[in-house]
Amino acid sequence: MKIVVCIKQVPDTTEVRIDPKTGTLVREGVPSIINPDDLGGLEAALRLKDSLGAEVAVLSMGPPQADVALREALAMGADRAILLSDRAFSGADTWATSYTLAAALTKIGYDLIIAGRQAIDGDTAQVGPQIAEHLHIPAVTYVKDIEKVFDALVVKRMFEDGYQKIKVKTPCLLTVLKEINQPRYMRVSGIFDAYKEKTVELWTVKDIDVDLNLIGLKGSPTRVNKSFTKGAKTAGKVFTVTPQESAHLIVEKLKEKFLIG
Amino acid sequence: MEIGLSKEHTLLKKMLRDFANNEVKPIAAEVDENERFPSETVAKMAQAGLMGIPFPKKYGGEGGDYLGYVLAVEMISTACATTGVILSAHTSLCCGPIYDFGTEEQKLQFLVPLAKGEKLGAFALTEPNAGTDAGSGEMTARLQGDSYLLNGSKIFITNAGYADIYIIFAMTDKTLGTRGGMSAFIVEAKTPGFTVGPKEKKMGIRGSSTCELVFENALVPAKNMLGQIGDGFKIAMKTLDGGRIGVAAQALGIAQGALDETVSYVKQRKQFGKPIAAFQNTQFKIAEMAMKVEAARLLTYKAVNNKMNGVPYSVDAAMAKLFASETAMSVTTEAVQLHGGYGYTRSYPVERMMRDAKITEIYEGTSEVQHMVIAAGVLK
Amino acid sequence: MEQLKNGVLVYIEQRGGQVEKVSLELLGKGRELATRLNSTLLAVVIGYKINACALEAVYHGADRVYVVDEPLLADFMSKPYTKALMLVTQAVTPEIVLIGATSIGRDIAPRLSVCLHTGLTADCTSLEIDETTQGLLMTRPAFGGNLMATITCPNHRPQMSSVRPGVMLKPTRDVSLKGEVVKFPVKFTPEDKDVEILVTMKETAKKVKIEDAKVLVSGGRGMGSVDNMPLLYTLAGELHGEVSGTRAVIESGWLDKDLQVGQTGKTVRPDLYLACGISGAIQHVSGMEESGLIIAVNLNPTAPIFEVADLGIVGDVTKILPLVNKELLALKTNS
Repeated sequence: MKIVVCIKQVPDTTEVRIDPKTGTLVREGVPSIINPDDLGGLEAALRLKDSLGAEVAVLSMGPPQADVALREALAMGADRAILLSDRAFSGADTWATSYTLAAALTKIGYDLIIAGRQAIDGDTAQVGPQIAEHLHIPAVTYVKDIEKVFDALVVKRMFEDGYQKIKVKTPCLLTVLKEINQPRYMRVSGIFDAYKEKTVELWTVKDIDVDLNLIGLKGSPTRVNKSFTKGAKTAGKVFTVTPQESAHLIVEKLKEKFLIG
Repeated sequence: MEIGLSKEHTLLKKMLRDFANNEVKPIAAEVDENERFPSETVAKMAQAGLMGIPFPKKYGGEGGDYLGYVLAVEMISTACATTGVILSAHTSLCCGPIYDFGTEEQKLQFLVPLAKGEKLGAFALTEPNAGTDAGSGEMTARLQGDSYLLNGSKIFITNAGYADIYIIFAMTDKTLGTRGGMSAFIVEAKTPGFTVGPKEKKMGIRGSSTCELVFENALVPAKNMLGQIGDGFKIAMKTLDGGRIGVAAQALGIAQGALDETVSYVKQRKQFGKPIAAFQNTQFKIAEMAMKVEAARLLTYKAVNNKMNGVPYSVDAAMAKLFASETAMSVTTEAVQLHGGYGYTRSYPVERMMRDAKITEIYEGTSEVQHMVIAAGVLK
Repeated sequence: MEQLKNGVLVYIEQRGGQVEKVSLELLGKGRELATRLNSTLLAVVIGYKINACALEAVYHGADRVYVVDEPLLADFMSKPYTKALMLVTQAVTPEIVLIGATSIGRDIAPRLSVCLHTGLTADCTSLEIDETTQGLLMTRPAFGGNLMATITCPNHRPQMSSVRPGVMLKPTRDVSLKGEVVKFPVKFTPEDKDVEILVTMKETAKKVKIEDAKVLVSGGRGMGSVDNMPLLYTLAGELHGEVSGTRAVIESGWLDKDLQVGQTGKTVRPDLYLACGISGAIQHVSGMEESGLIIAVNLNPTAPIFEVADLGIVGDVTKILPLVNKELLALKTNS
């Protein structure tokens, strides 16, 4: 079985801070990690490799520094790593990104594509299902368990209030939740081998078959008009009022912050 | 990418940081409180390949390098000095001499399971009457047929009772003293006549198992002698050179851990209307601490570098161990001070780090011994 | 850009014949946008035997509701639902499509955006019409909520947006409202059923660990006694959150050890941390100060907790909590 895992290198958003003086995002010194949902997907693929002897390739679209994320995947046990990196891809929204990744996946060839449900920087959860649509293959999202049963996969698809057990045949695409498993640590030998024995293949726009009008900023139906922070956090106001008024203030605050409907 | 570290080592450091934060740090306080040997962590370290980092794959190792191993001890000790010393004693003091002095057969028989983490190692040189004066050991090894009969005792042995394989030093010829009178042996735990005494109650590294070993006519196969007869003292000293770097790494980790905790605390703790980090007194102390830790790091990595390049490194190792251990002691003491009353309680980790730091000035050659080694190297 | 006949199309998500609240909230916003565009508010509901759902859409403001009612659609399946939604959207050609960002919405919306070759903006917290272009301005959070971005879809139609539950205001239900209900038949082929549902299970929410909870109602010594702990649990239930506590409360045996927040307990960062009778000593605060919104109630006006709280109330928490509960219940029954 040939599995391709799509991963994204993201800043560790739990470490991202707002500068208290300027109210802007502080990105320096924030470590880069493999997106947690994607890491779960990679571990799921490696477990299928362990149990079924599947071949696991890892694909990422990103800047040159995403090489580290792919080395990490190789160190965990992936067999092949491909970095799609080219100026032509930059500025892509999810539509253009998924289109580009789909073209690369077509070239790599696959039985199963695994992606994380969403990335912690973009938080859209769009690229996975969009890739499936570009490739015209079945997609199951929010997957928390994957089992191989004869010639098909049986997966657990989570909803807010329950789940479905779904049988799907390959080729297909799954998006997984990080809760699907506890990813293994990179083995020390894996780390040294990732740099000594293995390579990260670098693919540019010339290496895949795409319409240049449909990639990068040019190919993106959505545009960012502006971005802004919510401002630096300041200590709030303190009120000394009756219990009734206190309760009301609290409920109003919850409504204001959309914590209650 | 960190300055001076290659890409592999940077990635390794990331993995070690995650491992330390997820597996080691959460139980560090409990391990110390209950004086409990963290067996489950040792199993996880084995799974991650941490128990044989610098050894070639054909001997069960990870095919990494010595710097990788030192980084592991450093990062793990940042979270827990107990776990750090378990790793360094196993790797430097037990795996190390077998790798350096063992026959091919001994390496395949003993080093492979040790490097894989299937077995745990220990090293026993110190005796009740032979500490710094290691050459005056009284334990004997008498040839009897194709075995040696070991008699005597060792004290303060790290990993005792949990180790499967011990490197034991005994006098095969008392008349020759340190020049040919001592020999080294690979002794398995289940050897008849070999017993492990009760655990010492210690000031720090309380989860580490430190016990007496008692040998009463313990029978060890002659083929388990490590190196040639009479090589024991040389093997011990060479092993301790490497072990010193391991302790330097452990001390460095302790100091770094204390520094990290303190930096976080002084930014949060407010007195007189501002975080205490805003006061110049605090800032100057932090500056001193950070500088010492960095200096300790560079001395340690230099010793590692020389060892890896086959350059004589005894003096470098001694400098690193001496400086790093003194740094650990001063940085952790200052850390407790900067935490104030809270730092004195077990709610905060710095008092444990201070208790843990002290031993690094004592074992594997006291600070006094390190001075002797450095002076001898400089004045020769 | 000239006005298109059909302004806003809202996807009415139904599960087991029940309309999801988020879809009704989107009808509220949809009406506002449709009015600004001088156009109509449309809805589409997909499922099997779902006529009652169509009526709910009318009672919440839809001018016309398209109904795709087919046996294959009885249980949610990604491809058939996407196909149905695509066919309706292509027939209706709306300016804007709004979809609730639920685990279903976030499955079909991206697929739809590729089918229609248009842009989709996820989890929007605000939607406005641009004065000059008449285009939709979609604002959403990124970087784990640390950054806000305003997105446009200038050259593709429809402009698609998904919105989380609880963000927009639900309009009042009015059975006197009139609207068209239009049947939209869809022919499905065997290829459309590209997966097989083996089992469908409903599950009540499992107990969440405090480190993973989005809402924490946390008690300190100011709660008074163990007898007041139920106040925390009731409020936590109302807010779909969990209960946690300070070291003092755990050591007094009022709450379990695994609910302890602080230096010797756990570090938490929920969206909402309600500090009830907690003084805010440093070893507690270090475990929760990264929380999204901190509301503190304490009798002591100089309690250090007020330095990290976004909203501070000086008062008796045992009196205030029941009143908060009451108000929350009143809100629920009114809607």
